[in-house]
Order: sequence, then C-alpha cells, then structure tokens
Amino acid sequence: MMKKRHEMKVLSVETIAKETIEMTLYQPEVSQQTVPGQFLHLLVPGFTLRRPISIAKVDGQEGTVTILFKVVGGGTKALAAYQPGMTVDALGPNGNGFSIDDVPEGGRVLLVGGGIGVPPIYHLAKLLSEKNVELVAVLGFQSKDYVFYEEAFKKLAETYVVTNDGSYGHQGFVTHVFPEVGTFDQYFSCGPLAMLRAVTTELKDTQGKVSLEERMGCGVGACMACVLPTVDNSYKKICSDGPVFSAQEVIL
Amino acid sequence: MNLEVKLPGLTLKNPIMPASGCFGFGKEYSEFYDLSRLGAIMMKAATQFERFGNPTPRVAETSSGMLNAIGLQNPGVERIIANEVPRLAEYDTSIIANIAGSSLEEYIYVARAFNATNDVNALELNISCPNVKEGGIQFGTDPEMAKKVTAAVKEASNLPVYVKLSPNVTNIAEMAKAVEEAGADGLSMINTLTGMKLHLPTGKPLIANQTGGLSGPAIKPIAIRMIYEVRQQVSIPIIGMGGISTAEDVLEFLQAGADAVAVGTANFQNPFACVDIIDALPETLIKYQYTSVQDVIERRGAAV
Repeated sequence: MMKKRHEMKVLSVETIAKETIEMTLYQPEVSQQTVPGQFLHLLVPGFTLRRPISIAKVDGQEGTVTILFKVVGGGTKALAAYQPGMTVDALGPNGNGFSIDDVPEGGRVLLVGGGIGVPPIYHLAKLLSEKNVELVAVLGFQSKDYVFYEEAFKKLAETYVVTNDGSYGHQGFVTHVFPEVGTFDQYFSCGPLAMLRAVTTELKDTQGKVSLEERMGCGVGACMACVLPTVDNSYKKICSDGPVFSAQEVIL
Repeated sequence: MNLEVKLPGLTLKNPIMPASGCFGFGKEYSEFYDLSRLGAIMMKAATQFERFGNPTPRVAETSSGMLNAIGLQNPGVERIIANEVPRLAEYDTSIIANIAGSSLEEYIYVARAFNATNDVNALELNISCPNVKEGGIQFGTDPEMAKKVTAAVKEASNLPVYVKLSPNVTNIAEMAKAVEEAGADGLSMINTLTGMKLHLPTGKPLIANQTGGLSGPAIKPIAIRMIYEVRQQVSIPIIGMGGISTAEDVLEFLQAGADAVAVGTANFQNPFACVDIIDALPETLIKYQYTSVQDVIERRGAAV
C-alpha cells in the first residue's frame, strides 16, 4: 500500500508544562499503525520543512494520537496556536519504533527519558505494562516548571524525577540516580544527544535501545540530512532506519 | 494536453523531474507514488568511492527556504550502478546520473562507469556543489576549468552531458558559454547559493559545515533571472531549477528560458510535489493560453 499524507483533526491542545504542548489528533489509520518510538512529520503552513514530532500515546479504538512538543521557534509556536477542529497535515507514522520482543517475561526494565524525549518513553511504558515486566522510570527535566507526566508514569513504573537545577525531585542528570534504581535486564532511552551519550556510557554493559532527535530534511530517508555513524564503519539514517537504535550499534 | 519535451538524449513525457540530492535514488518516494509518472529522475550525486559526507547538523530552515550541507554522501558509483540503477530502470522514466568529483580523473572515471550501463540516459555534470571543498566547485567557478572538465567528460562518455551551473559566480552567462563551447549538450541551473545561519544562544553557525547551500522558494527569483540571462546567450537546452513548488513556477521557468525543470526542496515539504505539479500543469498552461509545453518554449522567443 502506498504511503499517504494524512489530514489529522485537532481534538485538543493543552499546555501541560512550561513551553510544553500536548495535542490530541484524530486519525484512526495512523492511530492503529503507530508503535512507540515512531514520529509524525507535521507541516506548518509558512514553513519550509516539516517538524518531526514525537508521539506520547495512541488509542486505536478512539482513533486518536497524542503528540507532545516544546515551543522552541516559530514553527512550533504556530502549531501550538492550532484550535480544536482544525486539521494538521501529517506524514507518518515515520521511522522504526522500539521493539520489545526480546524483553524477557518477568524481567526488569529501566526507562530513561529526558525533556521532550519523555513522550515516546511513556508510550513504550504503556505497551510494556501489558507485559509481565517490572518498570523503573527515570525522567529528566531542566527545572520544576518543565516537569510533566510524573503521575502518569507513577501508575506504570517506580518513578524518579530529576531536574538539572534541583528545583524538583533529584538534582543533576538522569545518570545520577542510576545507583538507586537497582538491577535491570534492559534499558530504553530517549532524549537529547548529551543525555543519551551519558546514559549509554554509564550502562555500556547492559543491553539497551536509544531513540534519537536530529534536524531532519525529508523525514523519509532520501535527503541524508540526519545520519549517524555506526560501529561497523557505516551509517544509519535517523528518520527511516531509526529513530530507535540498539545502543551497541551506533556511535553517539 | 501534450506535455512532452524532447531534449538531447531524452524524450520526456512531461518536463518535471526531481532534482539531484532531493530524491535520493527514488526508493523512498516510490512508496508514495509510481515513479513512472515522472518526466525523468535526477539521481543523487555519484563519486568514484563511497563518501560519508559532512558532520551533522546538515540542514537548517530559513525564511522561505533551507540550507543544506550534506557533503555528497553516496555509496560510490559502482554500488549505485549495481543497486540503484536497475531498480530505477523498472520505471517508465528517464534516468539522469549526477556525477561529482574532486579531480578531472574522478569525473572521467564516474562518467565512464555510467556510460557502460544500458539504463542511464544522460549525465548531469555537477561542478557546483558548494558544500565540499573538493566537490567540484573549483571547476564550477572558473570558465577555463569548466571547459576542461566538460570536454573531458564528453570525451569519456557517449551520453548527453548537462552541466549543472553554480549561481555563486559573478557572471553565470560566461560560465554557460564556456561549457557550451566545450561541447555540453545542455545546462541545468541553478545549484544552491552559499549561505549561513547562526544559532543565537551560541553565536555559532547552525550547520556543522558552517556554510550550506540555500534552496527553496527564496532563491526562485535568482534562478529566473539567471536562466533569462543565460537564455539570451546560449542555444543549448536548459533544465531549470531553484525553488519550484507549483505549476505556475514551472511556467515561469519555461517562459524565462528553461526547456524542462527540476523540483528539489518542495519534495521535502510535500512528498507528492512532483506529481501534484504534473497534475496541475495542463490547467495552468490553459489558464495562460498555451496549448502545450512546447508551445511555451516556441512562443517565448527564439534563442540566439
């Protein structure tokens, strides 16, 4: 089946933390196809490039997709101003998401999300919670004002919140609380590159998967804007080979 | 309506083709529509050996455009011929191979390699990549060097050669005349304009390569002006490009002096850009009282 552009209807737009917008969109086909870690590539009229936006949850029965984004520039500001009833032009779900097939039954899994990397980790946590797996989540934010989804995570996982300035929860970086979380079989992480570097270095002996953010051009694998070197002296395209990779295969 | 255009080595069912570097080798866009609908496909640049390209970030958005500095990333001409050309040959469309190099020898090597295949219809000689120091730009800014590489590639291959001109020169008509004299079968123009964008929190360039090539609607008036100028001074056909995103843009390029057009950055915003333009073209031509693409070319006034 050929890929399409989707017109997704805006159902709600809510500011859930500082500069952080949660938007629920209606499009049953996208909702039913999406797996955690995939993203939507949204067109904002007046801007040349689409915006890759992460997905926080889907409801296949209701036909909804909930996206989360931070207002960082003109494009995301314009997107945040959308009203319920309007439609958004979207490509997706794009990329390859998290595979949880090799998570052992009865295992313990560490989830690490940073900033706007938290939403895909939440989507993943919901899926993992349907499996017999114990979840620990470490969520990092700049400061108290930016914290979101803490309560939602607490329903699914033993949850630690970390802020860079210590204004809420633990102070420092996500890696600072690793000594407290106990043992785990695997980890999954999404967040800024600096955080992923720290996480993968700290956990280099543990099997893990990471989801990356990068400036994209086409978002479908054609333009080679968002590439990442791999340990076998080659490269991967973040938008289409990823955004999720095995921590052991890529060089961050 | 008849949208057909005949160019050296190419009979195009319509004048629309994706521009080199904006469409990879077609595979990703073949998941959106049937590539047989395209007039031709300009493949991503090929070099003798695999190139990994520049560090990231490689793209930045600008007002009505974008900057890119990919750095000619490609798997090398042999793997392109082995893996990409046969797949594209399955479609009912023409294949134009973009060739890049850092030396005369490399251009000759790549041209010979494509010449030895049965499925490539024409070469686009890339002497204008602004993002790689040795990416051919030295051949694209000096008329004597441009002549030399054009003549060498013509000699190395039987395929028609379209020389892709850089807008980063003082006198583009002089470059056009130089390559026409050296035997070029056609021109493709324009490549991107060198630009820069800073990241305000750090005051440093946003693109890792520091500078990038500006593309998109922002450069369309420059492309139109340059094609108009060059059309007055050379008689070989021109494949026009630079910010095309609508059928009206296509008409403007044809009126300015192009014989066919390539669509680049618009593919990123709308993966259906090429076919949307093809669908809209007949109505647009009718609206402005043209009967065919050829009619636009004939009525704009003969070239010198």
